[in-house]
Amino acid sequence: MNAICTQNLSVALAQSEILSGINLQIRKGAWTSIVGPNGSGKTTLLKALAGLLEHQGQVILPSFEATQKSRFQKAQHLAWMGQQETGGEDMSVYDVAMLGRIPYRSWLSAPTQEDHQCVKHALEMTHAWDLRTRALGELSGGERQRVLLARVLAVQSEIVLMDEPLSNLDPPHQVDWLNLVKELVSQNRTVISVLHEVSMALLSDELVVMDQGKILHQGLVNDRVTHQAIESVFDNRIQVQQVAGRWIALPKI
Amino acid sequence: MSSDTQAQHSAIKLFFLLLALCLGVLFWGVSVGSAGFFKFGFVQSDPILASIVLDIRLPRTLGALCCGGLLGLSGALAQGLFRNPLADPYLLGSASGATLGVALALVAFRISPGSSDWLTRLGLTGAAFIGATAAVLLTLALARGFQHTLRLLLCGIVVGVLLGALCSLTLLLEPEVLQSMQIFMLGSTSYIGWNSVGLMFMGWLICVSISIALGLFLDGLSLGESTAISLGFNISPMRALLIVVLALAVGLSVAQTGLIGFVGLVSPHLVRSMVKVTHAHLLFLSSWMGAALLGVADILARCLIAPRELPVGVLTAVLGGGYLLWLMQKRQFSRAGGEL
Repeated sequence: MNAICTQNLSVALAQSEILSGINLQIRKGAWTSIVGPNGSGKTTLLKALAGLLEHQGQVILPSFEATQKSRFQKAQHLAWMGQQETGGEDMSVYDVAMLGRIPYRSWLSAPTQEDHQCVKHALEMTHAWDLRTRALGELSGGERQRVLLARVLAVQSEIVLMDEPLSNLDPPHQVDWLNLVKELVSQNRTVISVLHEVSMALLSDELVVMDQGKILHQGLVNDRVTHQAIESVFDNRIQVQQVAGRWIALPKI
Repeated sequence: MSSDTQAQHSAIKLFFLLLALCLGVLFWGVSVGSAGFFKFGFVQSDPILASIVLDIRLPRTLGALCCGGLLGLSGALAQGLFRNPLADPYLLGSASGATLGVALALVAFRISPGSSDWLTRLGLTGAAFIGATAAVLLTLALARGFQHTLRLLLCGIVVGVLLGALCSLTLLLEPEVLQSMQIFMLGSTSYIGWNSVGLMFMGWLICVSISIALGLFLDGLSLGESTAISLGFNISPMRALLIVVLALAVGLSVAQTGLIGFVGLVSPHLVRSMVKVTHAHLLFLSSWMGAALLGVADILARCLIAPRELPVGVLTAVLGGGYLLWLMQKRQFSRAGGEL
């Protein structure tokens, strides 16, 4: 069962083609990471999957019948978190997390009890509950990132797309994030993340390796072929090795 | 949950404070002036005093409050819409556009900006609205959209200067209008009659209702366009509607009182420094903050060099400019600047 499929997906921004001919099948209930060098189109692919960009070809959500449903229903099904989102400086942390409930809220009505519960749960999951009365602009980079994570978790969507979710997070919070993803996946939800750190990406279930706007390889994380694809896309400057039962990428010096 | 109610409590407290301030301004505004302090008992026995209070002081004070309400609202709306804490109706060129609209209407129809005739007021408001809309659209076209905040501000300033120059040129060619426009360019509440008050109040009701109804959209927009789309908003029509509301609020206030700067910029900042609220509340409170600020400024303008009076636009420019300088010294500005 797939969560997202694309057929010949292409995206052009300012007349230059960023993505071309992408055919992907993202497995439902799994964590897929997108890796690749800078400028290979990872962020653009994630945005296109979320339906945020004009594109050619098709993005299909098999478990969601798009034809009759509203934008808000789609937003309940698929949540997206951007890379280092700016703004909201004067909003309280609680209100920022509450933004994730917008797809469920009806116009002009106050948040329901359920909305409050979801926001509380999301903030607790990212250890940001104690920050709830602070303004977003007062927080450090890592604290801010945790609040934005809570915002995307508050949507409680089937599919969660995250672009560089680990930026600014210190190691303990990175581990928290990993546990959080495992929990989402155990609930049969689908997580797709763009990750800068290859070693972190090697902890996911499946990898999509990108280069110059194309998919170089898609495969399981334990597969030797996947490792070779990663090594070659980074000019063989890194090496994938097994340490304590896990795969990590080491720089070749 | 506790944080939510706590924020709501302080927002309600601020609202009542501003309401009390506005009522105080209203009371003070009708009692102060060259005819001396009025006493309630005298109004009925003295027809001249009654006329001064009911036909001059009361509409003028109410008009200042309404105009301030429109300006405060438009400032909060512009800052949310353009995701820029420095956005202001005046920095986006819309006020200059509105003024040019009024000037062209005056030249074309040979009417006085102080006229209190109902149709004249409506016509001037319409001209100001068209001018304000055109100016915002011109700014957006030059800035090629909403993405670049710095480019947007610079284009707004360029458009403002350009339209201001066009306005001066129009007035130079028609010296008769020049004199009547002078007070208008400085910004003054002294000519507001009941018709203006009625127009501004109706406009305020419409603008506030639409803005608050779209408050959730502005909240969604605060983390960026992409986030707003991912939350399910269809952003183009909502943004277009809010630009129309912004132009309406600016046009309404400029057509009645001329150029009164900084109230729109300062009001949302003051509200945000006191409470952390979502846009629906921010828009409403900024509007009341603007009303209170302009109400107080109006009274000061009448008192400071009595028996003469200052144009209130001059006063708000001095006070608002001072506030902006003070803001620049503060951390908040570097944060905003970092985003530019």
